[in-house]
Amino acid sequence: MSTVAGEDGAPVQGHEAPAPGSGLEAVVPAPVLVFGWGNPSRGDDALGPLFVDAVEAMRLPGVECLTDFQLQVEHALDLRGRARVLFVDASADAAAPFTFERLEPARDASFTTHAVSPQAILQVYCEVEGELPPSCWLLAIRGEGWELGAPTSATARENLRAAIAWSQTWLAQG
Amino acid sequence: MNFELETASVPGENLRRVAIDPVSRVEGHGKVTILLDEDNKVHQVRLHIVEFRGFERFIQGRPYWEVPVMVQRLCGICPVSHHLAASKALDLIVGASKVTPTADKMRRLMHYGQILQSHALHFFHLSSPDLLFGFGSEVGRRNIVGVAQQYPDIAKKGILLRKFGQEVIRLTAGKRVHGTGAVPGGVNRSLTADERKELLKDAYQMIAWSRDAVRIIKELHQQDPALYDHFGTVRSSFMGLVAPDGSLDLYHGVLRARDADGRILFDQVDYQTYDRLITEEVKPWSYMKFPYFTAMGPEAGWYKVGPLARVQNCDSIPTPFAEHERRELVAYAGGKPLHGSLAFHWARMIEMLFAAETIKDLLHDDDLSGTELMAGGERRREGVGVIEAPRGTLFHHYQVGDDDLVTMANLIVSTTNNNQAMNTAVREVAKQYLDGQEITEGLLNHIEVAIRAFDPCLSCATHALGKMPLEVTLVDAEGTELDRKYKA
Repeated sequence: MSTVAGEDGAPVQGHEAPAPGSGLEAVVPAPVLVFGWGNPSRGDDALGPLFVDAVEAMRLPGVECLTDFQLQVEHALDLRGRARVLFVDASADAAAPFTFERLEPARDASFTTHAVSPQAILQVYCEVEGELPPSCWLLAIRGEGWELGAPTSATARENLRAAIAWSQTWLAQG
Repeated sequence: MNFELETASVPGENLRRVAIDPVSRVEGHGKVTILLDEDNKVHQVRLHIVEFRGFERFIQGRPYWEVPVMVQRLCGICPVSHHLAASKALDLIVGASKVTPTADKMRRLMHYGQILQSHALHFFHLSSPDLLFGFGSEVGRRNIVGVAQQYPDIAKKGILLRKFGQEVIRLTAGKRVHGTGAVPGGVNRSLTADERKELLKDAYQMIAWSRDAVRIIKELHQQDPALYDHFGTVRSSFMGLVAPDGSLDLYHGVLRARDADGRILFDQVDYQTYDRLITEEVKPWSYMKFPYFTAMGPEAGWYKVGPLARVQNCDSIPTPFAEHERRELVAYAGGKPLHGSLAFHWARMIEMLFAAETIKDLLHDDDLSGTELMAGGERRREGVGVIEAPRGTLFHHYQVGDDDLVTMANLIVSTTNNNQAMNTAVREVAKQYLDGQEITEGLLNHIEVAIRAFDPCLSCATHALGKMPLEVTLVDAEGTELDRKYKA
């Protein structure tokens, strides 16, 4: 364990730091990112992760799939080096079976760690990276129920099937 | 104490109610109800949190070995804390009263990765807009995009700190989300030398940035002590885990509590006996329980948990930079505990620094690459696991039948432990800032700032698109809705 610390922040006794260089920056990303989010155990909130599971099973070259419980600010870094990004979430308001729209960076006054909007992620990307984000799209799949422990509803599963079928064309664009 | 507010009559003559739902930038849904009289004097304030319903029902009846994975779905914000608290409780079920050094250090690394990324998110992206721009500043600017525009360096550090913490979690838990790293009795993986080396490339930078963050919040305190020392002050007892030697340990230890003046109330308590120490009170107006120290009763026995409690509860911090900062906080406080809500931010950043230093130290420990992953022993029917989650002490308590199914589950999550303290903070702020004044966005945000300081985890509800409006409702004394506003 390090026991003495210098004023400049360098470790005086203990461990030597490796040469500078960030492992966080080193990965070459796939050109297409499919990012779905939601809680798999809250009914139709699982639609985003279920969509990602389906795309992952297709094993498409050049397509990376990521999922998380919630959209968070650091996901802006997942946009680095991408050509196209598809954000996928369940929606209580989208028209059934799903809606698809182009995303533009936007300020969002309703920030919570719980629900950063994809538009705000794009805006954070602009501010932090100093450049425009890649082409980003939102696939919002209509859901109905959101209770802890509930399965996805039959209607939501139908909507999911329609969204997966539609996505083949979008993903085939390379 | 403000129990007189809590026992105020329901909306009646000459009262009107302002409801803010949900509290923006708090994790999930919360609803603040402020009952005003006709002179805009605060008459009653309550913080409603509805997300913690159904946890026990979700767990009961499942095979115990599924539980460490399933409980991550209780909370999208700190799934790792539930994963580890459940694993610790279930260690006892499989008879592993002590796990192997590799399992212990892998879990610790995972936990401190979670602490780092959670504290970074809270400070850089939730609180910094309030702290850097002022509580009453224009709401459209007071968010992370505003911070990124005006302070791009700060915003970027916050994002990269989080990214690093999540990389630690990915490597220790096996996946970015829904990890399976900890299992009853140990872990199912260890780190390779290359993985440790890769993380170490960034670990020193994380320490440096964490030190910068402590400096920022410390300077804010020093620049405006009148605000920072007194805003949302909640004088109360406080509790947390400490190591047996009294030093800060967020993964494992014994329970210690102090009173509002810092005197020890109890110490070295085995958390397996928590249910003899703490009573969970139910109130008719809230889904959340109100825990208190049984021996002191509900009016005197409620307490705080979380960073401010922990940093002032321990005798020392076992990493050098964080210990230096702890001593500065103690010196600033003048020998008595700080109770201002904004002091949570200072303590939280000291803990982030502690987490960054601990991660670095652990990565140099060869036990992380060990091969002894599992321990076992005589099967038991009951176990309690406690961990200091980012927001405070988290209890998982299970009973398991001979058929391996969970027959009883009781959870006290960090935010529940802070329930009374948060209610009290809101009341204090409401009395100070809303009495006799117009209700403006800036004033309402003072309420939200007080809640945010506790970093409450209200995240358990769905977040699906379209489900997160900010709703403001104004209701008069007769219950007639005067106004309702949504902010999507």
